[in-house]
Amino acid sequence: MFGSYEFDWSSIPGSLTFLGQGLMVSLEITALAIVSGIVWGTLLAMARLSSIKPLAWAAAAYVNLFRAIPLVMVLLWFFLIVPKFLESFLGLPPGSDVRLASAMIGFALFESAYYAEIIRAGIQSVPKGQLAAAHALGMSYPQAMLHVVLPQAFRNMVPLLLTQAIILFQDTSLVYVSALADFFGAAYKVGDRDGRLVELVLFAGAVYFVLCFAASQAVRYYQKRLQTA
Amino acid sequence: MEYQWNWGVFLLPSAVNDGTYLDWMIAGLQTTLLLSLSAWVIALLLGAVVGVLRTVPHRGLSGVATAYVEMFRNIPLLVQLFFWYFVLPEMLPTAAGDAFKALNPIAQQFVAAMVCLGFFTSARVAEQVRSGINALPHGQKNAGLALGLTLPQTYRHVMLPMAFRLVVPPLTSEFLNVFKNSAVCSTIGLLELAAQGRQLVDYTAQPYESFVAVTVAYLMINVVVMLLMRKVEVLVRVPGYLGGK
Repeated sequence: MFGSYEFDWSSIPGSLTFLGQGLMVSLEITALAIVSGIVWGTLLAMARLSSIKPLAWAAAAYVNLFRAIPLVMVLLWFFLIVPKFLESFLGLPPGSDVRLASAMIGFALFESAYYAEIIRAGIQSVPKGQLAAAHALGMSYPQAMLHVVLPQAFRNMVPLLLTQAIILFQDTSLVYVSALADFFGAAYKVGDRDGRLVELVLFAGAVYFVLCFAASQAVRYYQKRLQTA
Repeated sequence: MEYQWNWGVFLLPSAVNDGTYLDWMIAGLQTTLLLSLSAWVIALLLGAVVGVLRTVPHRGLSGVATAYVEMFRNIPLLVQLFFWYFVLPEMLPTAAGDAFKALNPIAQQFVAAMVCLGFFTSARVAEQVRSGINALPHGQKNAGLALGLTLPQTYRHVMLPMAFRLVVPPLTSEFLNVFKNSAVCSTIGLLELAAQGRQLVDYTAQPYESFVAVTVAYLMINVVVMLLMRKVEVLVRVPGYLGGK
């Protein structure tokens, strides 16, 4: 049923180290984007819920802009254009290559818009009385957020944050457009080199599936435990 | 070195003399719209079927539907795209594979991108349809069965007419995602909006203008889709439900 195609998987075993390095790059980008996404996303969510109107508008504009444009566009922006701007703006020497760092920052800025929405919903799920009680105890607004509201909000959000992390891990494959050697980029390079793109694409798909499926099952299990606890 | 803004660049004749650069952008926009809308039709049809199958009381059928959803949700879109474009034509029966490869390159890219986006999105639509069906009160199904309808009849006349209406508001964000995800298809060389924007950077050396134009075009697509879906939501709203107000 597979037509006349003859599979030849022999280029994979020898490339496992290279592919493993690519996978590490993907995981590093994922971890970096999750951490900066949650930090920056929390600030954005608090700004969006702020009573200072211009701050709330600015945060809303940021979140809506990044959620309206494709990730591929953002990566191209930050890979092709922002580095040139930085070079002329900061007066960097022309030789310095800030393109990869720039693409990473773009990725983190993009994902934080999605985290901001999840965190905003999480903050809003905390009863108002909690904030009032914290104020009544004499806490300032930052103290109340840090010690009372956010810990409860984050507990409610854990499953959603983890699900978003799985999506983010899949999104990292798009850094392919910025020539960063992530897992998919590595798989593509091996396939291209050996003329075995078919096998390498199938292999990459299988690896992504196993990792993401296992992670999403773990999240589901955790969510069930939360509900029964 | 000061950047020279030049918005007139869009009116210049293109380097290969096939109209202006603005024509390139419009062609890209058309491809994005055509690709996304045709993929959306595929996604709605497949998603409705798979979503219904996930809720039927039959182990085999719901198992197949679950496997379908998990597969398309746990593999990155880019990998799926490369599968449809590079891998599947090799694995098809020889005649079908050759027929695909005999198409002109643009048609090959478009068909692969459309099918890929359609299947990818259908898994997400299926999840929304499933949760729409599960959100119905149990009594509706029981009432249908008690009236002597068969299970397929109960689905057809009682549950689905309600579920499909409840599912419209959550589908708005999936509809928006189709347009955004279509930008991934630039990676196989399809000249849609993002790819045209990138090509303009190479040809005109006016990167800011071209990227601003592409970003604005995506924002406009978003606004139009949201306004459109708001109209549709009002049309299908179910009186008495919270969403119905």
